[in-house]
Amino acid sequence: MNVLVFLVPLALGLGLLGLGAFVWSMKSGQFDDLEGAAHRVLDDEDIGRG
Amino acid sequence: MSEMRDFSVFVRPAADGRAAMDLAVEGIHCAACMRAIEKGLAAEPGVTGARVNLANRRVTVEWEPGRVDPGRILDRMDAIGFHAHPFTVGRAEDSERREEKRLLICLAVAGFAAMNIMLLSVSVWAGNVSDITPETRDFFHWLSALIALPAALYAGMPFFESAGRALRQRAVNMDVPISLGVLLALGMSVVETLNHAEHAYFDSAVMLLFFLLVGRYLERAMRRRTRAVATNLAALKAETAVKFVSETEIRTVPVAALAAGDLVLVRPGERIGVDGTVVEGRSEIDASLVTGETRPATVQAGADVYAGTLNLSGTIKVRVHSAEEGTLLAEVQRLLDKAAETRSRHVVLADRAARLYAPVVHLTALLTFLGWIVAGAGWHDALIIAITVLIITCPCALGLAIPAVQVVASGALFRARILINSGDVLERLAEADTIAFDKTGTLTLPEASLLNAGAVEPGLVALAGRLALTSRHPLAAAIVAATGAAEPVPGATEEPGSGVRAVIDGTEAFLGKPEDARLAFEAGAVQQAHPSASLIAIRFGERGAVLAIGQRLRPDAVETVTALQRAGYRVLILSGDHAAAVSEAAASLGVAEHAGGLKPADKIARLEALRAEGRRVMMVGDGLNDAPALAAAHVSLSPIDATHLAQVQADGVFIGAALAPVLAALRIGRRAKRIMIENLWLAVLYNAVAVPIAIAGLVTPLIAALAMSGSSILVTLNALRSGRAA
Repeated sequence: MNVLVFLVPLALGLGLLGLGAFVWSMKSGQFDDLEGAAHRVLDDEDIGRG
Repeated sequence: MSEMRDFSVFVRPAADGRAAMDLAVEGIHCAACMRAIEKGLAAEPGVTGARVNLANRRVTVEWEPGRVDPGRILDRMDAIGFHAHPFTVGRAEDSERREEKRLLICLAVAGFAAMNIMLLSVSVWAGNVSDITPETRDFFHWLSALIALPAALYAGMPFFESAGRALRQRAVNMDVPISLGVLLALGMSVVETLNHAEHAYFDSAVMLLFFLLVGRYLERAMRRRTRAVATNLAALKAETAVKFVSETEIRTVPVAALAAGDLVLVRPGERIGVDGTVVEGRSEIDASLVTGETRPATVQAGADVYAGTLNLSGTIKVRVHSAEEGTLLAEVQRLLDKAAETRSRHVVLADRAARLYAPVVHLTALLTFLGWIVAGAGWHDALIIAITVLIITCPCALGLAIPAVQVVASGALFRARILINSGDVLERLAEADTIAFDKTGTLTLPEASLLNAGAVEPGLVALAGRLALTSRHPLAAAIVAATGAAEPVPGATEEPGSGVRAVIDGTEAFLGKPEDARLAFEAGAVQQAHPSASLIAIRFGERGAVLAIGQRLRPDAVETVTALQRAGYRVLILSGDHAAAVSEAAASLGVAEHAGGLKPADKIARLEALRAEGRRVMMVGDGLNDAPALAAAHVSLSPIDATHLAQVQADGVFIGAALAPVLAALRIGRRAKRIMIENLWLAVLYNAVAVPIAIAGLVTPLIAALAMSGSSILVTLNALRSGRAA
């Protein structure tokens, strides 16, 4: 059962990573416009520049 | 527009020393619109960025200060093909958004904690029926405590704060049993873990918070969405005024930028944007949107004029009042304060449920504890069973029962073109049994239209339309709109105060006052047929006719009122317009109870009288004079073109020319309330099943988890029914 000593913190760490990512994405305004993003993905004009 | 425009009030500082402005934009709905706006604005020299928010139909523009004039950005938007209206985000909306973000973070924290603890709990539950060692179980319980304690203390903050506020005011709300349940569950679990017990309730406490936060977040998100739409609508309506910046120089500014004491110029045909006193000039004012009176009033220097009234004939200079100076407004304000008191007597369904629920729950837990002591159990076992009763009764389903219905039903209202201010409006809509309509601007359309087009020779009507194109008079605009004329008569001239004159192929044509067209006698007959109409005469050589222009009923007013009466509502008309005009409208709508010439205080008195009869009145009105009545009524609605004050006081706003949303609002409200009550009964039923099990001491954390999520899901599914098409 010693393997739990690694696995549990690992699982928690991954969970915290997800939580951190969510808080970051919210603070950076990614949830401000939930409809616009669906349309922005159709904008092809940025392809030519790359 | 030739004068200078000044939009500096709307400009706010942005990051890196740039300036920014928020615009509400009509008609954005696709990727192409977004690209056109963002590319178009970015091409403007000095503009550093433009970002469209499609969800709330807004654009944020940033630029280098000094290099761009805000007015140019609006011109640019016009050139791109979108009409943009600058606005400032209100403080209320700002704090609402912060609160919503905080709830979302709490929700994320509770969700994270619930998932991870459940992972550990399921292992323990499985281990308890097989071969888990006590050491491993303790280790898992301590890990759960490590996650649950900080997470629950953080994510539970919204509930603890609200419960604390309620207790300080010596009241109980739903958050009191919630906070108590969560804290006791955590405390007990820590003690049990210290005693190496089999069961710990960390998962229940955190899952409970997660479900409740979902309900809380939904409620908040709904409120913010309606507020954002309301801010946009206000921006779309925001008017500009022509202000004297010096003795001779004028500039167009938004009304929001005017201060008391400013002088503004109002030309014929313009709507007055401010409350003030006329200092120069003489004119006729159409105050129908404000007082409901459809007959124009003559004003001259010294007279008071109000925002929302229409200047008909002459150019006037107006000195802007400070807020408390306007006599009508001050009177309205006083009545409003009084009306708000009567409104606060209404107790929201959720709070009523909480008042019943909290004492019953706490009493049950106490009795359980005493019962087990008497039955001979040790105080430790008795306490644990009492706490499980508290946990199992924690109003998880109850917390979702009402917000979920509110969110779904307000979505249905939104599709029916109605915006409501808060969720409890639904309950009050459901309770209304009497509908009081204002007439002018509510039952009738706010714009004047041609009433007797059928009775006049078509050639003359068409000619009237062409002549009307030369005039700026609002009645002329109504004729133009009715005839669809597009070709002005060459050489036509307007004589202020009389009408438009022209000579066509040697024959004289005139559109204007009936007396000046030698049609005073005919005018009398037309006036009798349309008592509330304004008359305008057309003469072409020997032929002549009198046109009646007035407020036409909304296109579906008759059907809606009939449908309301058939549905058992008592319908009445309370209007500030003169009695003849009111009875004319009442007759064509088939409404028996009507009253005209009512002042704001009279309207409230009527509502009070109805309340004394035990009636719950829904008021539908639009004018400044309706605002106190809107605030005093049990529930109220305003059309979207209502005066600002009326809209602020109304519980909801309906969009478009049709009156049908009123009917839809009542129907959706009734259904929403029915489902809310069903949901409350579902929650009660759940308790009726779960509480005896808890009292018997048979509840394990597994049963608590199943019961909680099961009842929450049931209630949410039931709530979805309130969104079906009306």
